[in-house]
Amino acid sequence: MVELTKQQYIDLYYYMRLTRSLEERLTILFRQNKVIGGLYRSLGQEATAVGTAYALSKGDILSPLIRDLGAMLVRGALPREIFMQYMAREGGGSRGRDLNIHIADLERGFIGPISHLGDMVSVTAGLALGARLKAKNIVTMVYVGDGATSTGAFHEGVNLIAVLNLPTIIVMEHNGYAFSTPTEQQCAVRDLIEKAKAYGIPGYIVDGNDVVACYEVARQAVDRARQGGGPTMIEAKTFRMLGHAQHDDQRYVPKDLLEYWKTKDPIDNYKRVLEQKDILKSDELDQLDRRIAEYLDEELAIAEASPFPDPASLLEGVYKEPIRNASSHLP
Amino acid sequence: MPVVTYLEAIRQALFEEMERDPNVFLMGEDIGVYGGAFKVTEGLYERFGKDRVIDTPISEAAIVGAACGAAMMGLRPVVEMQFIDFISCAFDMLTNFAATSRYRQNIGIPIVVRGPCGGGVRGGPFHSQNVESFFLNTPGLKMVAPATAYDAKGLLKAAIRDDDPVLYFEHKFLYRRIKEDLPHEEYIVPIGKARVARQGSTLSIITYGAMVYTALETAELLAKEGIDIEVIDLRSLLPYDEEAVLTSVAKTNKVILLHEATRTGGYAGELAATIAEKAFEYLDGPIVRVTAPDTPVPYSPPLEDYFLPSVEKLAKAARRLAEY
Ligand SMILES: Cc1ncc(C[n+]2csc(CCOP(=O)(O)OP(=O)(O)O)c2C)c(N)n1
Repeated sequence: MVELTKQQYIDLYYYMRLTRSLEERLTILFRQNKVIGGLYRSLGQEATAVGTAYALSKGDILSPLIRDLGAMLVRGALPREIFMQYMAREGGGSRGRDLNIHIADLERGFIGPISHLGDMVSVTAGLALGARLKAKNIVTMVYVGDGATSTGAFHEGVNLIAVLNLPTIIVMEHNGYAFSTPTEQQCAVRDLIEKAKAYGIPGYIVDGNDVVACYEVARQAVDRARQGGGPTMIEAKTFRMLGHAQHDDQRYVPKDLLEYWKTKDPIDNYKRVLEQKDILKSDELDQLDRRIAEYLDEELAIAEASPFPDPASLLEGVYKEPIRNASSHLP
Repeated sequence: MPVVTYLEAIRQALFEEMERDPNVFLMGEDIGVYGGAFKVTEGLYERFGKDRVIDTPISEAAIVGAACGAAMMGLRPVVEMQFIDFISCAFDMLTNFAATSRYRQNIGIPIVVRGPCGGGVRGGPFHSQNVESFFLNTPGLKMVAPATAYDAKGLLKAAIRDDDPVLYFEHKFLYRRIKEDLPHEEYIVPIGKARVARQGSTLSIITYGAMVYTALETAELLAKEGIDIEVIDLRSLLPYDEEAVLTSVAKTNKVILLHEATRTGGYAGELAATIAEKAFEYLDGPIVRVTAPDTPVPYSPPLEDYFLPSVEKLAKAARRLAEY
């Protein structure tokens, strides 16, 4: 096992804190009606996204789920891009065409999801396949929720990954609920990882609220994949601490469950680890938090300065070269 | 007569049909305990229990496939797509199994697949779609798209009682924006019958769903300019009321086909072909389409507002056609 350096320990904290603070800003912006459409929080799940994504190297590519903002940030997505996406501005990666974290940058190594759950599994497989055909040694990683594991697209994708022995890591985030549906109504296995057996893929369960554990399990999987050992499935046990989206008060979640998982908050607990290991003292952590807050102020200012897209650009980007009949009726 | 929203009208239809016929049951994601993403099925789980209001995994293909099987056993499944955009995941089941069963094996598939369609709510490319054209070229399916609360209720009842598979498109923009008095007594709106939403003489606008309101608003605006617009609300798309369309064209001699879905291969093309074939000699001007342009549904408000057919765009087209 690779020992984490002091800087790596700090990085893991940084990205989790950045994720949470960025989402807290988005919540404020949502209340101010500046976030347009829905807002999906990853409160309580930051460790899974950050820890697993942190195991990737340059050149690798991941595809996050809606609640994996942290994974995007680890791969180098900038808060300003996320702000602009959520505020539907021109400067967001999709130029106002698509929403939230639906943006891609193959250079930095992320492709945002589409809404249709499970679809990114085979796309991520294809990234790995394409790289292999081009003799590039990269690893790809795809995230799915417990809910998404019920889709046909998920099953077909994972099976293909297994059969082609692709260097693809499938991270299943078991966060208790898919919208209002508890996991026991989603599938009849208790641990999602039991599904791995069916495909003939090695599977590991990890405490999804322990960022170091998430990193370690993902790192082993990534190393193995890079050496030609094929795919791995990881089940991260975590919990969705807020409703499905901002409009959902999740009254269907038993209070004691939330109380229990509150004690397992990934950031609070990791702070204790950092202090115990003497990596950062509490005042240094506070300082880092303040730096993150200032950074987000700057990023938000940049995002707010981005205009809304010009309607005249509507037809741009559907095809490489615009086709004629598309515009023939515009005013 | 109580005032009922479009959304409540759908719920009433489900409730009354489930009361009337024990074979009617519901399946979908988050429709039970939670009452549906838009709360359309709220209260039905409490009233009818978990066997008749079934919360499912996120498996649209399996939901529709299972509905087909249950229908073959004499049940009347009504399944919900959380957003109609996800019907694409069940495309195979619908177009290959449900649509062909009667023709191939003489077994009808009386299912209803319903779900929120349409834009205007900043839902972006995957929560705003209008999917009628994906299915228009599939013999064996029926499709309806109500615009009013009255029709939402009456058409859903008709769809549930219909012996063939019916896709029921409810426009999410209308859910809570449209209200009207509904009769206490039971009624049905037959599939395949259009409605004259406004009488007029200068030209006809043929449309459906939320665009009915765009057409009516345009008609009011242009009435001040002496342009007297007739608005036909199709209500049913497959089959559609060809007679009503041709009658209106024969009356006004000019026609605009309006829909929110994109243009190429859109529903308007089918109507235009029929009008050109069967009412050519009545036409005093070109058949005009007003539709969304050929792009995915964009998310950002200025883009989406420009994308959706508006009163402004429609009025421009109507003025031009009136002068023709
Ligand atoms: C194919 C498909 N069906 C339905 C939906 C609507 N939907 C969006 S998120 C969601 C729940 C997702 O749950 P899960 O995969 O467990 O992820 P989580 O939200 O818990 O992170 C549903 C049903 C969808 N996006 N895609």
